[in-house]
Amino acid sequence: MKTPQTEAELAEAVAGADGPLRIIGGGTRPIGAPVAGTVLSTGGLSGITLYEPGALTLVAQAGTPVAEIEAALETEGQRLAFEPMDHRGLLGTDGVPTIGGVVAGNVSGPRRIAVGAARDFCLGVRFVDGAGRVLKNGGRVMKNVTGYDLVKLMAGSWGTLGVLSEVSLKVLPRPEAVACLTLAGLDEAAAVAAMSQALRSPFEVSGAAHAPQGPEGHPVTMLRVEGFAGSVRYRVAQLRDLLAYTGAEITVEDDPDRVAAAWGWVRDVAPMQGGGGDVWRFSVKPSDAPGLVAGLRAAHGDLKVLYDWGGGLVWVAGPAGADLRPEGLQGHATLIRADDATRQSIAPFQPEPPALATLSAGLRHTFDPRNILNPGLMG
Amino acid sequence: MDMPTPDARILARKAQIVARLRQVLPDDAVIDNPFETRAYECDALTAYRCPPLCAVLPASTDEVAAVLKICHDEGVPVVPRGSGTSLAGGALPTADAVILGVARMADVLEVDYDNRFIRVQTGRTNLSVSGAVEEDGFFYAPDPSSQLACAIAGNIAMNSGGAHCLKYGVTTNNLLGGTMVMMDGTVVEIGGAHLDAGGYDLLGLICGSEGQLGVVTEATLRILPKPEGARPVLIGFDDVVVAGQCVSDIIKAGVLPVAIEFMDRPCIRATEAFAGAGYPDCEALLIVEVEGSDAEIDEQLGTILQIARRHDPVELRQSGSAEESARIWLGRKSAFGAMGQINDYMCLDGTIPVSALPLVLQRIGEMSKDYGLDVGNVFHAGDGNMHPLILFDANKSGDLELCERFGADILKLCVEVGGCLTGEHGVGVEKRDLMAVQYAPEDLEIQMAVKDVFDPRWLLNPAKVFPLASSEKRRAA
Repeated sequence: MKTPQTEAELAEAVAGADGPLRIIGGGTRPIGAPVAGTVLSTGGLSGITLYEPGALTLVAQAGTPVAEIEAALETEGQRLAFEPMDHRGLLGTDGVPTIGGVVAGNVSGPRRIAVGAARDFCLGVRFVDGAGRVLKNGGRVMKNVTGYDLVKLMAGSWGTLGVLSEVSLKVLPRPEAVACLTLAGLDEAAAVAAMSQALRSPFEVSGAAHAPQGPEGHPVTMLRVEGFAGSVRYRVAQLRDLLAYTGAEITVEDDPDRVAAAWGWVRDVAPMQGGGGDVWRFSVKPSDAPGLVAGLRAAHGDLKVLYDWGGGLVWVAGPAGADLRPEGLQGHATLIRADDATRQSIAPFQPEPPALATLSAGLRHTFDPRNILNPGLMG
Repeated sequence: MDMPTPDARILARKAQIVARLRQVLPDDAVIDNPFETRAYECDALTAYRCPPLCAVLPASTDEVAAVLKICHDEGVPVVPRGSGTSLAGGALPTADAVILGVARMADVLEVDYDNRFIRVQTGRTNLSVSGAVEEDGFFYAPDPSSQLACAIAGNIAMNSGGAHCLKYGVTTNNLLGGTMVMMDGTVVEIGGAHLDAGGYDLLGLICGSEGQLGVVTEATLRILPKPEGARPVLIGFDDVVVAGQCVSDIIKAGVLPVAIEFMDRPCIRATEAFAGAGYPDCEALLIVEVEGSDAEIDEQLGTILQIARRHDPVELRQSGSAEESARIWLGRKSAFGAMGQINDYMCLDGTIPVSALPLVLQRIGEMSKDYGLDVGNVFHAGDGNMHPLILFDANKSGDLELCERFGADILKLCVEVGGCLTGEHGVGVEKRDLMAVQYAPEDLEIQMAVKDVFDPRWLLNPAKVFPLASSEKRRAA
């Protein structure tokens, strides 16, 4: 394993590579087709290089632990608003999740539906391309249209276009108060409809999830609101009224730790941790979600399911080794958890239509002409 | 500002090219009469003009594809155009280029409130996207000042912003999907009504690529439920540095206003003379707007006023009615018009880290004295996107050039303090030759190599974004 300690060493390691490299941050997210190659870790590039709370900006080296960044933000009452998932529980990995890994995987959480994804909070990147060149794009300001937005391209490219060395992020204030409304007993279609009602309201719902089997085994539909204390009280009351039509029993939790734990359960896909089977992640139009799941159940039998993003994100644990993506899927699905053989035989990332696949291949060749950066990981 | 010499071979083939375009478009959708092509000789950067070879106004994605295929066959450059409101010259043609205008594609294709999106043809104006959904309590968030006129196509090409980005983000954060026609006529669907990309984030790459990668003809946009209400507060200071500090403290306190607008004394005086909004005569003023129910607004404004009072303001003006709110916004909204009343002006668009605000304002003041040209500052303070307005006299020989040099110095200063050349207007031709200030040659090279992937012959809006010298080989190939 190579663990460069500086960006220059990273560039040297890539330039001098004579074969495929398997790029990792903390190695906690082995997602995509397995890559055989020399492991190149960005874990040695660590540390926050700039933090300006008054400008809502933080710049860190790619290998900086997410926990270190969250702790620094906490001291100023701020946070990573896109709420990046910690994959360790779901994937059974250990190690230290890094901010570079978060950006490389465009890893977000439940709040993505309200505030945006990791890609929306990434203001700038520095990276080493497959030829060993140190490149930069974007910067550390919130509004920047100077040239092409390669930041978005790097976010979610899983190290196949370049090895991130530094990222700059927009951060947001941590709210004063938070509350979670839980509706008990709704079926999946009714739950998605209720979440849609809540998200259509002006009450700024910052999380909308449904678990057919909640922590107690019964269906729960969860809605989160955050803000100043008075606002949160007001919006909770409004949402209660709005959703009274469902007839569901509604309980409200406003203890911050318990609310955080409940949403951590959703964020890290707790219902599928530890169990067997492959885990898929579907991104679809929310109202399509119940039908999608019904179709999957018809084809594959009983499945474990968790809806986030108001139904727009569906986690499905299904039989090992089966490609769950239905024909003509509107949206996309990624195989997140499966053994190496399955991830070798089933393309983990959604296959693209030919014209887009040509563009993606062209970009890959442009950024990595020798095809050495996580080759084949995304297809 | 230079533009490439038009290709004489294309000019000589004009009749043949126009005839081919007429085979795929209705007669009135191909404009080649030199009197009429004048309408397309410039965009809102009116200092530079050049009539195109011809202009075409397709009415569907299929027609756009047919046009691009012909231009690709003929090797003719194409300059896509939304409504022509670019302040950066993004839609400035060359004499050998076809202007592809999307104005005839303005339909709403689908509205879906349950899933909170709208799908439109991209010739639709920004404001009329909100207009299509506002009766049902929704809006489209990005709100560039030109929103009455500007088209979604241009918004996507330039990744346009607006006054409310601090809370809602810019175009790229509100764009879910699009239909794009490639230069060779291939039609691709990117994204849709779902969130995020399954593979590479091509949508994120295309947004802000200034019409150089493809022509987006249809777009799926995120719409949001309208807040229950909004209310501004006006805060005046006798020191610009203190005003800047106040912005920073408001942000740090955990309030996220939808807008924090900043005006300095030259701008305040000009707008007072023009609009008579009743602004205090002070060094700097902030307009801070928050949203929510009445009680929520009171709570947020309470926090903001408490912070403002710590900075010894000379004026704190709250609004008690929609009329008073409108008066608070009146001066800000007429600022550009007011400055234009006094003089010709050049509007800059650099972004800086908010922390650098006091330093940058001071340096701009010093440079203003050195150059002997007045500057008014009005900008989106919450996100650091500055709009210094340099006043000059277009009738005075050399004044425009002096103004351009002054503007370039301000933009260099923005980059020097950690910011960028353009926050929301785009590079176009205006800042093309300053790109090397912000990016190293290899950083520009990789961007040009991205264009190679989408448009290998460099026919789409080729003379923009990149310094001409650095893109020359590619354009000539």
